[in-house]
Amino acid sequence: MADDREEILSRVRGALAPLKERARMPEYDGGLVLARSRRDAGDPMAEFAVRLRAVNGEVAADAAALAALLRARGWTRGYCDPALWPGLRAHFGPEFRVETAFDRTRVDDFQFGITRGAGAVAETGTIILADATTSSRLGALAPWAHVAVISRRDLLSDLTQAVAALGSDPNVIWCTGPSKTADVEGILIEGVHGPGVQIALFVD
Amino acid sequence: MRTQRIDQAAARLGAETRAAVYDGAKIGHEKRTKLLFDHYADPNRLRELAGEIKQHVVENLDTYLPAVEARLVANGVKVHWASTAEAACEAVHAILRARGATKLVKAKTMVSEEIELEGYLRERGIESLETDLGEFIVQLDHDRPSHIIKPIIHKNRRQIAELFERNGLGAYNDEPQVITQRARQFLRHKYLGADAGLTGANFMVAESGRLVVVTNEGNSRFCLAATRCHIALVGIEKILPRDRDLALFLNLLARSGTAQQLSVYNEFILGPRAPGQPDGPEEMHVVFVDNGRTNVLASSCREILRCIRCGACLNVCPVYRQAGGHAYRSVYPGPVGAVLSPLLLGRRFPEKADLPKASSLCGACNEVCPVNIPIPDLLLRLRDRAHTERVPSPGTPPMGAWSILASQPAAWKVALFGGRFLDHFPRSLVPVPALRAWESSRDLPKWRGGEFRRWLKLRRKRPGAGQSSPGITP
Repeated sequence: MADDREEILSRVRGALAPLKERARMPEYDGGLVLARSRRDAGDPMAEFAVRLRAVNGEVAADAAALAALLRARGWTRGYCDPALWPGLRAHFGPEFRVETAFDRTRVDDFQFGITRGAGAVAETGTIILADATTSSRLGALAPWAHVAVISRRDLLSDLTQAVAALGSDPNVIWCTGPSKTADVEGILIEGVHGPGVQIALFVD
Repeated sequence: MRTQRIDQAAARLGAETRAAVYDGAKIGHEKRTKLLFDHYADPNRLRELAGEIKQHVVENLDTYLPAVEARLVANGVKVHWASTAEAACEAVHAILRARGATKLVKAKTMVSEEIELEGYLRERGIESLETDLGEFIVQLDHDRPSHIIKPIIHKNRRQIAELFERNGLGAYNDEPQVITQRARQFLRHKYLGADAGLTGANFMVAESGRLVVVTNEGNSRFCLAATRCHIALVGIEKILPRDRDLALFLNLLARSGTAQQLSVYNEFILGPRAPGQPDGPEEMHVVFVDNGRTNVLASSCREILRCIRCGACLNVCPVYRQAGGHAYRSVYPGPVGAVLSPLLLGRRFPEKADLPKASSLCGACNEVCPVNIPIPDLLLRLRDRAHTERVPSPGTPPMGAWSILASQPAAWKVALFGGRFLDHFPRSLVPVPALRAWESSRDLPKWRGGEFRRWLKLRRKRPGAGQSSPGITP
């Protein structure tokens, strides 16, 4: 394996040696990658909601609305980040059975998962999850519906800001709408491996 | 009459498959164009910029590779190097063996197809399961993917429903929703029972050591949420210089590949899971794979190493749309494959020297490429190489007679005059096998030889008269 390293690097050096000049790294303005619509973007919160709906995600206005939404679809068994549950439970009636530990041996028992979102991106309707703030990667992924609870001040304007905010968390994932595929005849189907429903709940 | 292997494969393609490939590719291309031009006033500037950045990386891999290795090690990632397919398989196997792992779940990685990892591990008692829906179906059917990002573009729902029924995944039902739900139920228990997760990398950032994995289904995330060990197979050309370059490339990748503003899941991985995080890998390995890439780097076609595997050139290619991906006999089909696949073979280049000829050089692949690879130029360079190395080229008509005609004006003139008799002569009787083979799937237009000469003559006599050409259409 050490031999492979030397072999590859020496072949790379050998391949590049005949080049008289190497292509230089071009300088560019980060604003170049902003889509046209960004130039006259209005209220980021409204824009986020529009973009998330465009990818079939949903925004819950508050905790009571979230509980109503889950109840209306018959999703009463779920997982919730233990740090978030005390603030939410008052809005959830006795018909809910919510656990604060995600038991992977009963993965099919959880209809929804509520975890903290590290941020959101208005430009794309993206929810950002990071290891530091996600109580359980599986709890945010395996249930049919995922609710990300995001602090309003963590809403970012666009992808260039989101890239700048990646930081040193070992694992950051941007989730833009529900899990989907178009592998079968190009027909869009949601909920392949991850959530079939993606909900954002903003809090102060 | 023998023809080239790619032509033979294209001729054998069933009507149903051809229609599936054609429609899938065409829709992908049209949506891409609309989205790019709706979102950007000048999307070409983005493509050119991305191309310049990747060219810079490719031409400076000698400094970028050790730099990214150092970052990875500092981030707690174990780095491995594999110069051949076999070495890459061995590296993965060694990692699994050290953990006593027998079950691997795989997110989609083209490199794993290249090195034929599944068979290697199967022979050694390790189950590796594809989790991308398309790749899962391909694996179940002992088939091969025929598109870089739409692996089962060549299959229809009926074939998939029958396949699921044969494999005990429920009674026949060809609703895509039902097919997807059945795969979801089956695969989630496989993730949870697996010992390790394998992914590729869409990008690897030199300055941070950040590995970026892009999916829509969330399968790579499930691999990295359910298992304790993450192995990433990374082609040595996957590097981007800085984190900030990701915004450009992720915007281009999603729009070019699947006509999305952004893919559903973009995962940025620096190392094993954070302390306190209950799920995910406690151990992370990156295997840098050469497997012929340094041959490409040393060739006159190193621009192809800019490729970010979006599949846009497949979707737009008139040859791919008619021939389908399997005709290329390679992991990488379509225009990018016609350049990359023969080059990756190194000295065995002649085995796939027919691929660069399967192109009309229309240039559409270059126009859609998010990293602006001059694919038609590269195809010409490879045709030249095949000619220089005297690779046999079945089906190519003998050009000796043509070169005599083309170098002697008088002979040319006679030939032009004689050519018109072709219109009155059944071409199936013409005793030139190459012409007959060509005619079997195409129609020769009516003879129009000599019109350019007449036009030029007229123009010389009366300057200005030849402004619009008589009968010569572009």
